[in-house]
Amino acid sequence: MNALKRWAIAAGVLFVGRKRRRPLVAEPERIIEAGQPDPRAEWLVLALLVGAACAAAGFIVVYAFNHLEHQTQYLGLALGLAFALLGAALGVIGKRLVDDEEHEEEYSPPRYPEAEEEIAQLVRESGDRLTRKRLLLAGGATAVGALGAALVVPVLSLGPFLDTDPFYETPWRRGRRLVDEAGKPFLLDEIETETFYTAYADGASKEQLGSPLVVVRFEPSQLHLPGQRRDWAPGGVVAYSKICTHAGCAVALYRKPTFPPVEPAPALVCPCHYSTFDPTRGGDVIFGPAGRPLPQLPLYVDPRGELRAGGNFSGPVGPSWWGVRTRKPSTGPGT
Amino acid sequence: MRKWLAPVAVVLVLPGAAGAQLGGGASVEKGKELYAEHCLSCHGPDGSGVTSTSQPTGALGVHGLGPGLRGVGALAADFYLTTGYMPLRNPHNQPRHTQSPFSEQEIASLVAYVASLGKGPAIPTPQPKHSQISRGLQLFTEHCAGCHQVVAEGGYVPNAVAPPLHRATAVQIAEAVRVGPYLMPKFGERQIADDELNAIVAYVEWAKHPDDRGGWNLGRIGPVPEGLVTWLMAAVVLIGVCLAIGRRAHT
Repeated sequence: MNALKRWAIAAGVLFVGRKRRRPLVAEPERIIEAGQPDPRAEWLVLALLVGAACAAAGFIVVYAFNHLEHQTQYLGLALGLAFALLGAALGVIGKRLVDDEEHEEEYSPPRYPEAEEEIAQLVRESGDRLTRKRLLLAGGATAVGALGAALVVPVLSLGPFLDTDPFYETPWRRGRRLVDEAGKPFLLDEIETETFYTAYADGASKEQLGSPLVVVRFEPSQLHLPGQRRDWAPGGVVAYSKICTHAGCAVALYRKPTFPPVEPAPALVCPCHYSTFDPTRGGDVIFGPAGRPLPQLPLYVDPRGELRAGGNFSGPVGPSWWGVRTRKPSTGPGT
Repeated sequence: MRKWLAPVAVVLVLPGAAGAQLGGGASVEKGKELYAEHCLSCHGPDGSGVTSTSQPTGALGVHGLGPGLRGVGALAADFYLTTGYMPLRNPHNQPRHTQSPFSEQEIASLVAYVASLGKGPAIPTPQPKHSQISRGLQLFTEHCAGCHQVVAEGGYVPNAVAPPLHRATAVQIAEAVRVGPYLMPKFGERQIADDELNAIVAYVEWAKHPDDRGGWNLGRIGPVPEGLVTWLMAAVVLIGVCLAIGRRAHT
């Protein structure tokens, strides 16, 4: 019954008010001048968006073809085109369909000057109980400084600073054989001129900085080694550390003159920065940024004709750092 | 007495041996004539070499200075002649890959003549067909790329240009490894075995036409030109686009 009554009232209200509109709220005054609609720009935007969609779909199609020639290029083209069209659509919307104006508004003057002054006073007076401001400031500075030092100290791990001994250790000592990468010993008679060999210390890790050597052979008359190294080159074979004394790269290039009258002198060259060493004169630097000669290893030939080390290097192996000139290389423990 | 006998023996033995091997009209005699005309002023009579400028200089004002050729073998002669490295106009210049002034037949004659001067290695016959390119890449990186760059684009080393290898034939690559032309070291079988050499040749052959996945190869010399393109071209275009979009529509 009740429900029926409600339905009746509702129907009556609708019937009475059927043609009467709610009075419209007055539209606020426009800020931006009313512009003309631009259907052509809208169509252009739509076309660009459809184009972007097609290009993206094209990407999927190209991706599906596995053995397409220049597939990478087509993929890039499709994806690039999709992004370019999308960007162009946004550009057209921004330039032709959305009005833009710039408005400037000045800062309003402070509204509550008394309150602001009060806050400033509160801040000033809240620190009144500190009687040793300077001491506390010094304490703060100490804490921050110590923290900064703690952050900087790990930089020490970048290089040898305190314990540099391992850097002077090499596996070479008198009697140690020279072997190739496969562990095969080098016979003096195998070593040819006009080429170079990489050798390692027999039984030592090839990874060790002091292990790898570059071995070259000359006619003994071509060699001009320093006086005390006269017997370091049996049969004209000389051995140097393969690690450049500049930045520690492998000295991997050998400049070989076939015909000395018209070609530059023989040289061992590091490919990183072109440090160039003279193998006929004890590894002296003849060009490039290296600051000290390549360390030379004394050699001798055992009764079986195998090349062996006659001692340790003439100087420290590896890239240079401070103190490097003041010490002699040592034979590492357990080698 | 023996010194006198040796050349006689060579003359008696060689024409028969060489004549049997050579076809197409190439001969040691022809090679000797060509040698006298084009090579002798620097390499000396019978490949003895010229090591001092006090000796008489050659024809055409060439300042003769050249290594001896006895015992270099057909391998070295074939390499230097087919690449056009020889004849060299100025002995102080680095030889470069050029068109040889000799015909194939003339080169064959010269090679036969130089090979007859002493016992030396023969022209190699690389078999790169069945070698792994990946193994070749590994070996090339280890032994060659330091100077010739990893896709054999060449480079610079102190006092010399390491040439790009795109014009080198398979035989020339194999020869160059064994000879070590100009300042390049030679590599014997102890360093690079024949099967490894085949793999290197296979890789260099592949590197003549690598598949440039990225499209524009930018000279294939690494990240520097790629970065330059990004910064100097792409960045400029992007700034231009930004300026075009940002310009006010109605002012």
